Amino acid sequence: MAKRVEDLTVTANRRLNREYFVLELSSAGPLPEMRPGQFAQVRVEGSSTTFLRRPVSIHDFDPVENKIKLLVQIVGKGTEALSGLKSGDLLNMVYPLGNSFSLPGRGEKALLAGGGCGIAPLLFLSRYLAANGFEPDILLGFRNKERILESGEYEKFGRVFLTTEDGSAGEKGFLTEHPVLLSGKYDIVYCCGPEPMMKAVASICKEQDIRCEVSLEQLMGCGIGACLCCVVDTVKGNLCTCTDGPVFNVNDLKW
Amino acid sequence: MVNTGFSIGDLHFRNPVLTASGTFGYGAEFEDFLDISALGGIILKGTTLEPREGNPYPRMAETPSGMLNTVGLQNKGIDYFEQSIYPAVSLYDTNVIVNINGSYVEDYVALAERIDKLDKIAAVELNISCPNVKMGGMAFGTDLSSAREVTRAVRAVCSKKLIVKLSPNVTNIVDFARTAEEEGADAVSLINTLLGMAVDIKNMKPSLSTITGGLSGPAIKPVALRMVWQVARAVKIPVIGIGGIMTSDDAVEFLLAGASAIEVGTASFIDPSASVKIVKGIGDYLAAKGFSDISEIRGYINRNI
Repeated sequence: MAKRVEDLTVTANRRLNREYFVLELSSAGPLPEMRPGQFAQVRVEGSSTTFLRRPVSIHDFDPVENKIKLLVQIVGKGTEALSGLKSGDLLNMVYPLGNSFSLPGRGEKALLAGGGCGIAPLLFLSRYLAANGFEPDILLGFRNKERILESGEYEKFGRVFLTTEDGSAGEKGFLTEHPVLLSGKYDIVYCCGPEPMMKAVASICKEQDIRCEVSLEQLMGCGIGACLCCVVDTVKGNLCTCTDGPVFNVNDLKW
Repeated sequence: MVNTGFSIGDLHFRNPVLTASGTFGYGAEFEDFLDISALGGIILKGTTLEPREGNPYPRMAETPSGMLNTVGLQNKGIDYFEQSIYPAVSLYDTNVIVNINGSYVEDYVALAERIDKLDKIAAVELNISCPNVKMGGMAFGTDLSSAREVTRAVRAVCSKKLIVKLSPNVTNIVDFARTAEEEGADAVSLINTLLGMAVDIKNMKPSLSTITGGLSGPAIKPVALRMVWQVARAVKIPVIGIGGIMTSDDAVEFLLAGASAIEVGTASFIDPSASVKIVKGIGDYLAAKGFSDISEIRGYINRNI
């Protein structure tokens, strides 16, 4: 999977709520092969305070439509600037970067668990698993009803379970309290979200002897393993989130 | 046809664009984005005698027109380098340069001796300017007698071309360049990063795990240019300019100020193919200005001062 630097064309910019938006991008030529869990380093033009690229998960990739989607949370000046992109604008990306989630074994049952913006890479993973003959269960956690992101999209590829902290939709409580996660019927759990949530999911999986892969987010410089800034302390020493990750088996992390 | 080649003694470079140590890995990281043989040379990630895990996370902070880093020379040591990295980098059709670092003079000497035995390594860059290690590094490059001692000791065992990489964190960088030249350095490269810091106001603590780190990127270019200009007027050996070079226009500024060559650093993080674009842009500039050889523009600004 060769990495490339390319200007992609924004085909849609859909605001989900105050904090989140989805960029839909395409290119004249065929997009490269990509795997769920991979990310793009996105260039934010025109500001001296957004000097470095921003790492963003590939939210969805549809090779037939030749489109990719990025789900972005506005957290600072860079993502704020990206939120203003309009259909027809160009976005310079270095992609596809990083490793990917592993496929389950034949006949294995998978659960995808995502919280908040952490659901981003799981839509592509759901699509990918469905395309490869798996029927994933998908557990999504949000703070409240207003903050639910794209849950309808996930329903195309698996059975969706929703939780909200205030009970305004789905089960009330934290994702980590949901019976589906505690059921112990899965062979592998794929998780992405805030670090405390991922740690809690990892610990539940360890207790149940279930394989667990998490997608980490670290401050990143280059995204291609050259600057060694985005390291994570693992049982194998300092590893780069951008090239050795972003997906890690929790057994390799010092959690 | 424009000649953009230059030489350090009898070591020829097909063009003046090198990649700065610590910003280009070992080359392989960039193979999807560029043809390494299109570069004048590559300077590999800093190598030490023993493996180093480097500094804790967070190691990076974005700053206006630049970034701070405190990687702390994470690398797998010279044994691993010889066994696993050298076989791959020796296949590159360009000058491959190893950047060496140590805590003691003896470390630098031992490393230089080992590198000297590797046929396909074109030169050694003696890093006496890393700001992110507790011992050695910049300590050598900010004290004249230490700089003299380590350069002399390495020169005695190094038959390859020796480039001394200077620290900008000194009162007068010219003194350090002259000292390197007196001790037999074949070239000097400057500048390494400027010592800086950033504060995370949300969490009310330093942004970097080590509090201070090295500033790079366009923010430091004016400082780097000033130092390159000063040094190029003071020494006879080639000067390699480093500091915030993002485009060929930036590179040309360094050449006009007196640099014989340049290193592309942080730019490779933002555009992994920046270095080859700069190669082309320098050639285009020379052609557009009607020059046939890059040496014609070296230090040209001095004619207009």
